[in-house]
Amino acid sequence: MSELDDLYNEIIMEHSMNSYNKKELPNCDFCEMGHNPNCGDEIKLELKLNGDIIEDMAFLGHGCAISQSSTSVMIDVLKGKTISEAKEIIKTFIDMIKREIKDEDELKKLEDAIAFKNVSNMPARVKCALLAWHTMEELLEKNGK
Amino acid sequence: MDYKKDFPIFENKDIVYLDSGATTQKPKMVIDKIKEFYENSNANPHRGAYGLSIEATEIYEDTRRKISKFINSRYSEEIIFTKNASEAFNLIAYSYGLDNLKNGDEVVLSIMEHHSNLVPWQFVTKKTNSSLKYMYINDEYELSKEEIESKITNNTKIVSITHVSNVLGTINNVKEIIKYAHKKGAIAILDASQSIPHMKIDVQDLDADFVVFSGHKMFAPLGIGVLYGKREILNKMDPFLMGGDMIEYVYEQETTFAPLPNKFEAGTQNVEGVVGLGSAIDYIEKIGYDNIKKHEEELVKYAREELSKLDFVKLYLTPNIKNHNAVISFNIDGVHPHDVASILDANNVCVRSGNHCAQPLLRSMGIDSTCRASFHIYNNKEDVDKLVEALKKAYNMFEKWIVKK
Repeated sequence: MSELDDLYNEIIMEHSMNSYNKKELPNCDFCEMGHNPNCGDEIKLELKLNGDIIEDMAFLGHGCAISQSSTSVMIDVLKGKTISEAKEIIKTFIDMIKREIKDEDELKKLEDAIAFKNVSNMPARVKCALLAWHTMEELLEKNGK
Repeated sequence: MDYKKDFPIFENKDIVYLDSGATTQKPKMVIDKIKEFYENSNANPHRGAYGLSIEATEIYEDTRRKISKFINSRYSEEIIFTKNASEAFNLIAYSYGLDNLKNGDEVVLSIMEHHSNLVPWQFVTKKTNSSLKYMYINDEYELSKEEIESKITNNTKIVSITHVSNVLGTINNVKEIIKYAHKKGAIAILDASQSIPHMKIDVQDLDADFVVFSGHKMFAPLGIGVLYGKREILNKMDPFLMGGDMIEYVYEQETTFAPLPNKFEAGTQNVEGVVGLGSAIDYIEKIGYDNIKKHEEELVKYAREELSKLDFVKLYLTPNIKNHNAVISFNIDGVHPHDVASILDANNVCVRSGNHCAQPLLRSMGIDSTCRASFHIYNNKEDVDKLVEALKKAYNMFEKWIVKK
């Protein structure tokens, strides 16, 4: 049970059940749908840029606590970052979940998103945690960022 | 009776297994039979003129006869081996549906169909410009007589319906539906995947034109399924898959096909699966459907009662217990089923969560997923108690965070 208590920690619970990032973003520049067909988790990411900087982000959607909180926390972490910083953070997060991080110091740049580290021990939930991050990756790639 | 001891997995894993609707655990008897086949009788059936191949052929064909007797089909060549229920439905859809449907015809399903009995019909009705219609459930999660009789019309050519819903556990009145389909001039297909593990299927009594089921939900290995079809219909159908062992004469440009059942069994078959299925039938017959029914009815009644006591749990099941089989779908209000399933898993309770390959059903119910506990003879009341305890733990973890709508 203790591993599970670590997983469903305060950060994850707060962001999943009542997220201030869950809203429509008026005048957004880009938006992208993310979907896990096997479990039905669905998110819509919205992004507003100011030059090279992520000025604002929001999301809508439904799904499990892990997928929804991971989206909300990602938004907190990426807001205010440049696109290249964001890409670096996304890569680090994905590597953390896939247990491909060698230097633990690298995780510092994830800020609150480090709360998802234990998901890497739960193979059944990996795709829940990664949904938002893969969707963001795709959004940037599709729009030539 | 303690049936758990027949299943070696429960000696090796400390789990409460409540996912028999997805696949059952395997009795030692079945596992041993497969080993025995490979150690004593393994060869490719129908291929060799030597003794060992003939022995393998006999085992394979004896099992066909055993299944024929088990479901009371008139002829053993009405039994076709497939790799699963999905393949069996594809066989019917391609080899019967494509050739017999035309513009204006209708295929009627129930909304509670598994994707395996739904997606092939979307494909075939689109190809043939025919239409696909659904019978919807009422607020007791059942199909009403009015709904059935309003959807099956003189234009209906195929009615394909599940015997027991893999999400709701509802037992459909399939004998009446089949009778009504025939009255309207349609053929009737029965998905027995969720029923045959629990109840006697008599294809002549039901008078279904096709019956489909998978072996692995009835104690047999994964990867073996059965299609039963009436001989006169199967004889008129083109083969589905082409290749080895399904032919008579092959010329450079033309081929004549083997008679039933080989016509529908192209390529080397899953003989170990067939052997295992034969042994699974022996196991079911050893226990007896009467005892399975008695055990499960008592257990499901207990589970319904205990789960109903949890006011934070929503159950999706018919109030008519006589129409309900060994599947219970539920949700903790405000908590996503995947989170619930993860917490149950941490308490060694295995349930399925998700859409159970029945997205249209769940969408029609206004939800996108549920947790599902499904039972079989190796489950007991203690398993239900453990499920209830784990659900309480899950609720406690989430309670203060749940947003009341």
